[in-house]
Amino acid sequence: MTTTSREVEQAPKRAQASQARLLSRVSRVRELGLLIVLLLLILVVGIQVPRFLSIDNFEQILLSIAILAIVGVGETLVLLTRQVDLSVGSIVGLTAFVTAYFFKELPGINLVVGILLGCGLGLALGMVNGLLISLGRVPAIVATLGTLYVYRGLVFVFASNTTLQVNASDVPASYLALATTQILGIPTLIIIALVIAVIVGYFLRASRTGRQLYAVGSNPEAAAIIGLRANRLTFGAFAASGLLCGLAGVLWGARFATVDATAATGLELQVIAAVVVGGVNIFGGSGTILGACLGAIVLGTLQNALNILNVSQFWLQAIDGAAIIAAVILDAFITRWLQRSLLVRRKRA
Amino acid sequence: MKRVRSLLFSWEALLVILLATCCVLGSVLSPYFLTGFNFYALTSNIMEIAIMALPMTLIIIVGEIDLSVASVLGLASVVLGLIWQTGHPLWLAIGVALLVGVLAGALNGMLVTRLGLPSLVVTIGSLALFRGLAYVVLGDQAVSNFPAAFTNLGFGTIPGSEIPWSGLIFAILALIFAVVLHFSSLGRQFYAMGNNKEAARFTGINVQRTKLILFIVSGLLAALAGIIFTARVSSARPDNALGFELDVVTVVLLGGINIFGGSGSLLGVVLAIFIVAAIQNILSLLNISGDIQSLAIGLLLILSVLGPNIARRIQVAIARRRLAAGSSRQV
Repeated sequence: MTTTSREVEQAPKRAQASQARLLSRVSRVRELGLLIVLLLLILVVGIQVPRFLSIDNFEQILLSIAILAIVGVGETLVLLTRQVDLSVGSIVGLTAFVTAYFFKELPGINLVVGILLGCGLGLALGMVNGLLISLGRVPAIVATLGTLYVYRGLVFVFASNTTLQVNASDVPASYLALATTQILGIPTLIIIALVIAVIVGYFLRASRTGRQLYAVGSNPEAAAIIGLRANRLTFGAFAASGLLCGLAGVLWGARFATVDATAATGLELQVIAAVVVGGVNIFGGSGTILGACLGAIVLGTLQNALNILNVSQFWLQAIDGAAIIAAVILDAFITRWLQRSLLVRRKRA
Repeated sequence: MKRVRSLLFSWEALLVILLATCCVLGSVLSPYFLTGFNFYALTSNIMEIAIMALPMTLIIIVGEIDLSVASVLGLASVVLGLIWQTGHPLWLAIGVALLVGVLAGALNGMLVTRLGLPSLVVTIGSLALFRGLAYVVLGDQAVSNFPAAFTNLGFGTIPGSEIPWSGLIFAILALIFAVVLHFSSLGRQFYAMGNNKEAARFTGINVQRTKLILFIVSGLLAALAGIIFTARVSSARPDNALGFELDVVTVVLLGGINIFGGSGSLLGVVLAIFIVAAIQNILSLLNISGDIQSLAIGLLLILSVLGPNIARRIQVAIARRRLAAGSSRQV
């Protein structure tokens, strides 16, 4: 009797363990697949246009996606908890404009103060999202679709009351230098993105809170039973996403130098494209920072390749869209295939 | 008595009060608000959104979402413009534009129903894809030499009234959708699918086919809205109706449709359409730019979900307190 009851108890556990294994396998297959796609892309375009293979060009690609990757890291945290943040483009736009305006009005101010201002503003906006979702129980898609337009509207309100555009000549050189200086020959922008990816990636892999984010996203009921506070974790993920968007906004202002109220419009689509292509599951619980960054690199490389091959810029958005759809189709097939192969193995055993 | 009370406190009643408030506020704030021409401007501005909101209502009730509608509108608009520009007759251009809408909707529907992909991600992807294709088709150009007979469809009115033609089209469509949703067995099936997909399937409802048809209808009506939009602004541009999906989702949710499916009425959505139109109109009369107007719409979207949530919590808290008071009295 005891053995049978224990068996009954263990059955769902085993199913869940295999589910978790399945998810981690999916992301491993996806990352490997992305690497192969990336190498093929580089090979094919490189043969046609040797200029594509120069170190200078690779640096250009990484520079073009550094800000996107920082926002993508935040979006990954949110997606892991089974939520979505559609307001990232507007947060980046608002913080970029406010930070640039701040530097224009107070050119003598310490650089660190300006950076902290931008990050703090981003954090506050992210916390508003988090409160609406965790405390107000507004579904994330509704709340962040709303704040996408509210935050963008705030940029326009701010701009119409102050200045319509902040130009490169208006802000101190030390601010612009954030995006142009190099450390050991590597642009600072790339180093900042890399450091953030490594820190958050390690946090997700090794810290208790990081594992809890996965747990809440992959099985909310089980997470609640073992006492995880989904609300707090969700709030934290949105706050972190806002903070990273704030930093991205500060860097956006430094990189593009000329900022108006439309800065970073539509960035959310690029970010979701990169992250989903990188194998982060939009329904939570699986995906890695490495994958998200690889997704951004693949899309950035594709964009650069189109540029070099003289394909019209008008294709870019269509390709982002097609990439999102292709990635979810691929995910569905890989999951099915792995599920079947796991089933076959279990039957044999 | 109970029925009267539930009617008085229903979401639709709240919307009627909100609409009345908007009208009073509008007529106080601007002498132009209650004029016939302003009624025409107010309705013709929102009709494309209103037409797309009808299938969106059904799609959200069955538990899915279609965020690509505004992009389908844009794609249909440039296809219409391109075919007309290359010297083909207008009826052919309109036909092909509608066909593009059907195909776009079918692509969304196939991905959601045949491959079992989440509609949220699929339509975020096709939002970018269809808008991108619109840019590929027409680049940064615009087609604007449409004949008067066509543009009349966009800004002409029914003779002897201030009702735009698009308003008549919407009224007919709204009637059809209302009958299907509230007075047919098909409508009951939509609610059943939204409440419990598995149970609906076991009662013999073909969930997949129904959803596929809804996505196709959504694409078709988005293309129709694209034709009306093109006629109204007499210009086919790839960025036509950029971002309109927010307005469509907002009116549907403000109308009391549950984002997770299974509940809400079409009457609420129609009321919400006119509330949003009135707010936009008042802000325009006050010279507030479109970008700032969308701030108000975004706030409205959040409040339309946050408000009922908070109200429910307060209700629960009051009920608990009463219960606690009652039990302490018993002791």
